[in-house]
Amino acid sequence: MSAAPVDISATEGAWKLPSRGRVGMLCLILAESAIFAIFIAAYIFYIGKSLSGPAPRQILTVPIFTSIGLWLSSFTIHGAVSALAKGKRALFAGLWFITLALGATFIAGTAREWRHLIYDQGFTIQTNLFGTTYYALVGLHASHVIIGLIALSVVMIFALFGKVKPEHHERCEILSLYWHFVDVVWIVVFIVVYGLS
Amino acid sequence: MFGLEVEGAIFVVVFSLLAYAIVKFRQRKGDDDLEPPQIYGSNQMELAWTVLPVLIVVVLFLSTAQVIHRVQDAKRPADAIQVTVVGHQFWWEYRYEQYGFVAANELHVPVSDPQHPTPTYLALLSADVDHSFWVPRLAGKTDLIPNHPNSMWIDPQETGLFLGQCAQYCGTQHAKMLIRVYVQSRPDFDRWVHEQQQPAVADPSVAAGRALFQAKLCFVCHTIRGTLAMGKVGPDLTHLMSRDTIGSGSVPNTPGNLRQWIRNPGTFKPGSLMPPQDLTDQQLDQIAAYLETLR
Amino acid sequence: MASESMPLALHRNPLSVVYEWLATVDHKKIGIMYIVYALLFLVVMGIEAILMRIQLAHANSTFLSPQVFNRLFTLHGTTGIFFVAMPILFGFGNYLVPLMIGARDMAFPRLNAFSFWMTAFGGFLLYGSVFAGGAISQGGSAPDVGWFAYAPLTSPAFSPGHSTDFWTLSLLVAGVGSIGAAVNFVATILSMRCKGMTLGRMPLFSWMNLVMGGLVLVTISPLTAAQIMLMVDRYIGGHFFDTDAGGSVVMWMHFFWIFGHPEVYVLIIPCFGFVSEIIPVFSRKAMFGYPAMVAATVSIGFVSLGVWAHHMFTVGMPSYGNAFFVLTTMVVAVPTGIKIFNWLATMWGGKIRFATPMLFCVAFLFQFLIGGLTGIMLATAPFDWQLGNSYFVVAHFHYIIVGGILFTIFAAFYYWFPKMTGRMLDETLGKWHFWLFVIGFHLTFDFMHIPGLLGMPRRVYTYEAGRGWETWNMISSIGAAVQAVAILIFVYNMIRSYFKGAPAGNDPWDAWTLEWATTSPPPHYNFAMVPAVQSRRPLWDIKHPEDPDWRYE
Repeated sequence: MSAAPVDISATEGAWKLPSRGRVGMLCLILAESAIFAIFIAAYIFYIGKSLSGPAPRQILTVPIFTSIGLWLSSFTIHGAVSALAKGKRALFAGLWFITLALGATFIAGTAREWRHLIYDQGFTIQTNLFGTTYYALVGLHASHVIIGLIALSVVMIFALFGKVKPEHHERCEILSLYWHFVDVVWIVVFIVVYGLS
Repeated sequence: MFGLEVEGAIFVVVFSLLAYAIVKFRQRKGDDDLEPPQIYGSNQMELAWTVLPVLIVVVLFLSTAQVIHRVQDAKRPADAIQVTVVGHQFWWEYRYEQYGFVAANELHVPVSDPQHPTPTYLALLSADVDHSFWVPRLAGKTDLIPNHPNSMWIDPQETGLFLGQCAQYCGTQHAKMLIRVYVQSRPDFDRWVHEQQQPAVADPSVAAGRALFQAKLCFVCHTIRGTLAMGKVGPDLTHLMSRDTIGSGSVPNTPGNLRQWIRNPGTFKPGSLMPPQDLTDQQLDQIAAYLETLR
Repeated sequence: MASESMPLALHRNPLSVVYEWLATVDHKKIGIMYIVYALLFLVVMGIEAILMRIQLAHANSTFLSPQVFNRLFTLHGTTGIFFVAMPILFGFGNYLVPLMIGARDMAFPRLNAFSFWMTAFGGFLLYGSVFAGGAISQGGSAPDVGWFAYAPLTSPAFSPGHSTDFWTLSLLVAGVGSIGAAVNFVATILSMRCKGMTLGRMPLFSWMNLVMGGLVLVTISPLTAAQIMLMVDRYIGGHFFDTDAGGSVVMWMHFFWIFGHPEVYVLIIPCFGFVSEIIPVFSRKAMFGYPAMVAATVSIGFVSLGVWAHHMFTVGMPSYGNAFFVLTTMVVAVPTGIKIFNWLATMWGGKIRFATPMLFCVAFLFQFLIGGLTGIMLATAPFDWQLGNSYFVVAHFHYIIVGGILFTIFAAFYYWFPKMTGRMLDETLGKWHFWLFVIGFHLTFDFMHIPGLLGMPRRVYTYEAGRGWETWNMISSIGAAVQAVAILIFVYNMIRSYFKGAPAGNDPWDAWTLEWATTSPPPHYNFAMVPAVQSRRPLWDIKHPEDPDWRYE
């Protein structure tokens, strides 16, 4: 059968490797960053190149409140995970819920902004290069927020049933890495879309 | 460029070392069972075979950069000829703006004298998808890309016919989007230009064919200068009979081939964008006869 | 545990066997499924190649219509990269990496299964297009836009119907599978190594899979992004690549090649891993320059991200743009060369046994050298202006993909088939396979450089007589037939040896890494006791207790 190659006692002390969940999530974040980078590159490349139609400054309103809300939710999720690690499950659930609410508000705000742009202004993904790159980039980000919200909701439901315990804090922390990623991407997209153009 | 010699040298050296190693260090019958000395590495060797290749790369890069600059940033002489090439699926349009005419499928240029160079500068545009202009004996290829004008030059110093073809996959008949470059002496070139500048021959004996050309909607795609036909989708036919080939180089320009092409281009070039023509034999004869007067 | 290597169907309900394989999350079974899947598509791809070579053997051939030929080369390239090369390498990686690092499985077994099935479904979707042409109205047929699907040929205007969408969707799906597999490789290698196995003591094959995994994460994603953009254009009226709206089709090229070039390193790096395991064992020497090999591989990974526009030298970039990519492309040749020298140094002073795995590795060394040198020729932009998009390029990349990648995959088969099945592949058949394939390979691809030099572009369904191309094309086509025979011998060898091959035992090659410390095939838990190691060659330490490696590392 199989043989132990070496006398185990001969090897040095404790054997510490990074957690696979953390590594896996960071890998996913790396891959997603590459996808966003390409969409951002396309957006930046096409700034000022639309042959017709509205330009960003003519038609966009800066979603400053919902954006601040989204960025604040990074702090609340961080707080929630710390609370869980310390055993403060009620605080965890509360902060987790606020995170969820802030994220949902962000999506609602985006939906409202788009409804106005599409129905009131007639500005769609087909309108011009700006329309195509804007909806694609902001939409890609929004879809990632929605996926995050679904994951957060699942945890929320488990928490409401009392199933989330302090020993789960690391998993929640790994999920929060994804949420932080989504927030950081929004910083970049926000600057590029509402700042640069 | 001495890059090839450098590469050749690298090949000979490494190949010989490999060949030597597999011969000299084979396990032979009668060898003992002991393992050979285990050598784990050598920093000096790693350094040597890192530094030397880096030096080779620097040298190759610098000489390459020089050639790139000489080709792409060449100063354009005052006497250069200018032609705009427009790539279509699956034919070549040649616009001689400085002479005021449009031709198709044959590029005529004057031979260039090294003492007084008259290169031909080609502006490269596309009407549809990506194409690439490649005549190996004249120059490297440059692509024709919609919404991305390119430019290249050729400086042929011998007369003759130079063959090439589209070098960027552009659809079904990419393979038969052939290029024919006629490098001519200056007098011959000037004569060709003069002929191309004339409007179409108006031979009254083929009036029936000319009328059919309109009636059967050929004018929608084709131009015949001096008539009402001003279509831009297909090749300019004003001087069709001055060309050796039809179908962008793929078919010799004979009466029989011309007739068959009009009836159904797909017999020669399936996937060509010119549809088969719904004509009776008599109509086909008349149109062909008309086209055959367009010298 | 000899019974594990016998076909289980003899004494188990066949349905339960099928279910076991369909539902498995065991890395060894998933690895084998990837490999078998890839072999099936290798045969399909080979048939496509044979058909094309028959068409090209003569000038003005009418054996195939242009439409069929254009679909064939599109499918051939797409299948080769995504449904043969990537799955087979994921398969070997999946099977071997946990064993080599002393782990019981990959980090995420369910993700592993999910990734495999996504990749598999992608392939079925692509080939569904071949049959779907008539069934779905307006469905179109197999894609015919070339494996790099340049815009605007892929726009709705120039590719009506859905054939291009089959290309896009099948690769999107397979891409998800690839990213999942990459996440798994990186997490497994970083987080699941057995005690004592620092990163500096991992087998080089593990290192290669780590770099490959990282590269996949940043290289497949750009393709995914570009394909989403293409779908936006084709389905909802977007303008990413719409020149009428001011869009840029060169942008597609940039995005595609930002994926496409690192992708070829994704393919070759695990193959470097095969060679780095096999050459030392058959030379009876430790790998020369392990740290340099690691450093070289990591550098290749990074530099390969900056060379992409050498596929675009003819597109009309300014001179300094072209020059930049000449430089980066030549730079990436340096660490690659370093690896060749280190393999050579490993063989130097050794006692080389020329069993079939080593034969394929030695051929790889010669062929990869040549392919690399033609690559440097192409990196020299002015040469590329003549030779780009010609049969010279086709010859160059097949030299690397067949002469490099496929040869090392054959080596890997002969080396690890005993571990996976408990039986040796037949050496005589192996040598027939090897020599026939070498002859066929060189007939086809050596002479293929010449039509390119004489002006023959690629992706042409036929060519005119009188250009001087016919003889060389005929020779290439004959070589293809010889390769086909060699592959048949290989397939026969595998099938026959599975049932009748000599029993392998744990360690038929007298090797030194952990996969040889367990049975052939391993039990599903891999090791009865998770091992602990003190050097790069744990089994060498056991076999040579008087002179263990850890004294020298």
